Amino acid sequence: MSDQVLSLEDITMQFGGVVAVNNLSLEVNKGEIVALIGPNGAGKTTAFNVITGVYAPTNGKVSFQDKPIISNFPQGKMKKLYSGENNGKYTELIRKTPDVITKLGVARTFQNIRLFKNLTVFDNVLIAKHMNIKSNVFSATLRLNHKEEQTMRKESMELLEILGLAHLKDEISSSLPYGQQRKLEIARALATKPSLLLLDEPAAGMNPHETHDLTAFIRMLKDDFHLTVLMIEHHMNLVMEISDRIYVLDFGKLIASGTPADIQSNQRVIDAYLGVADDE
Amino acid sequence: MMKMKKSTKIILSVLILIAAVAALWFLDANKNQYSYAISILQRSAIYAIAAVAMNMLTGFTGLFSLGQAGFMAIGAYTVAILTIPVEMRANVYYINGIADFLANLSLPFWAALILGGVLAAMVGFFVGIPVLRLKSDYLAIATLGFSEIIRAIIAAPQLDRITNGSYGLKSIPAFGSIFEVFFIAGICILLMILVINSSYGRAFKAIKEDETAAQAMGINLFKHKSMSFIISCFFTGIAGGLLAVFMRSIDSKTFQIVLTYDVLLIVVLGGLGSITGSVIGAFLMTAGREWLRFFDNPLVIGGFQVPLFRTGFRMVIFSLILMAVVLYYRKGLFGDKEFTWDRMYNYFIRLRDRIRRKTPGREDKGNV
Repeated sequence: MSDQVLSLEDITMQFGGVVAVNNLSLEVNKGEIVALIGPNGAGKTTAFNVITGVYAPTNGKVSFQDKPIISNFPQGKMKKLYSGENNGKYTELIRKTPDVITKLGVARTFQNIRLFKNLTVFDNVLIAKHMNIKSNVFSATLRLNHKEEQTMRKESMELLEILGLAHLKDEISSSLPYGQQRKLEIARALATKPSLLLLDEPAAGMNPHETHDLTAFIRMLKDDFHLTVLMIEHHMNLVMEISDRIYVLDFGKLIASGTPADIQSNQRVIDAYLGVADDE
Repeated sequence: MMKMKKSTKIILSVLILIAAVAALWFLDANKNQYSYAISILQRSAIYAIAAVAMNMLTGFTGLFSLGQAGFMAIGAYTVAILTIPVEMRANVYYINGIADFLANLSLPFWAALILGGVLAAMVGFFVGIPVLRLKSDYLAIATLGFSEIIRAIIAAPQLDRITNGSYGLKSIPAFGSIFEVFFIAGICILLMILVINSSYGRAFKAIKEDETAAQAMGINLFKHKSMSFIISCFFTGIAGGLLAVFMRSIDSKTFQIVLTYDVLLIVVLGGLGSITGSVIGAFLMTAGREWLRFFDNPLVIGGFQVPLFRTGFRMVIFSLILMAVVLYYRKGLFGDKEFTWDRMYNYFIRLRDRIRRKTPGREDKGNV
């Protein structure tokens, strides 16, 4: 097995005539923290949705731990409409649903926090433990799975303790302050025991102090849970400090990739973020 | 929030239970005198099962289904067909006769009831495959349609020799004792509570809260939705079976859409997502309708006949009360919370404080 945890090959996501992600290829290796950056509307979250199976890409292939999890090619109406590249390169049709991809070991958080709002902090984490349940609905109903339930509860509690949310366990999750909600969402993702964690703007809405803490927090997660992290982020300080490698998207296309130092001095990236002077 | 001692709560709960059993025992002992009250309570208990089953689907899994009446019909007809005494059958099926394989097929009440639930669950499974891919209102419309289809099939002339078509079934043996229906209702509701509080129940709640997030947590949406649907159908079928025995005679008109609305009303009144709400709602609704019978009789005061007091007027009053409830208790009586002694205790404390504050001369001056 190679070191590659995730690889996207020629992913194109086209909605009608709009190409949201255009021929994106990237890979993430084991133990890396990789950032995906780009101006608003560059297609970063769409890329996440493709990886996690929410959207089927129009063309291209996604592999996780060297096994293809998603593969598609333009079909039906898209055959005519397709305006991307590499048409005909992929002929396989693989479409794993988000829950299956989560079970394989890809966990994610959402840009606009999607907690189970009316449930307690503890229940939010406990629900993520449900996917590996062995007992069926009958034995669970009649409480014959006492041991399993105990394990689920114990593991969830441990997770909350590690992330410093244990004292809030009986709070309704929507009553938490914003920063804690973000943390809880990460806790919930970790409860699925992932090997790859996708973070969609983990620092959004955080103040500089919280953002600073987040750097240490993500490092801690990576080391303690043996994770590989792919994240979308806008806070450049955070991105530059924490990432091993960075991919830059603009209008769905990959415009640069490399180490933080490479990216900082890349003219195309600077143009994408600041705009190019129009010569009339 | 004030809390009561755990022992106090247990004592209170046990007392309530004893009081309920004693009341039933008293009613049973004076059956003839209180037959009316008994029948209201029995109907309430049956509706409570159907309401909790619907709440599990709508209030806990977020699937708005309007198919209750159809699934109740399946349970009811199963129980009716299999428990009508063999010697009475010629009498019941006097027009078209009875199908040969059914003529001597008879099951004890318990077995027929469970079979009714299982059949309803099976139909639920097959109906669920196409229908559960729909969301919100569309799901409601589709299940409503299926419910009517089931009713139409039951009344179809082709099935005359099984369901007796539009003539309906009668001579269904009554309950052995008045405790039977309450006992069954208790077990059914307890089982549903256990499902809802299990790991699977948590997954249901997750689906209701946020489907996308639930799926991202590795929850297979279709599997869990159909699980919830099938379990709900099973208990709805049981409720239907009990209704058949309670009514002693049924036909396809018994299971019209109005029956679904009755159950829906109970669920909304009690609070979506509150089991105790559904149970209390079932008793309030069923009993409330009877209390209002007063409005159905002509009322004459001093030779003057008060207008509007005539048959059907109680339903107008009933609707007005419901509107008031929906307006002022938008989330139902209990919202998505359960009844607890703590909540009740606090309610009374707040009520007491409010009354004290309003009563002149008794104000706590140091505390303003």
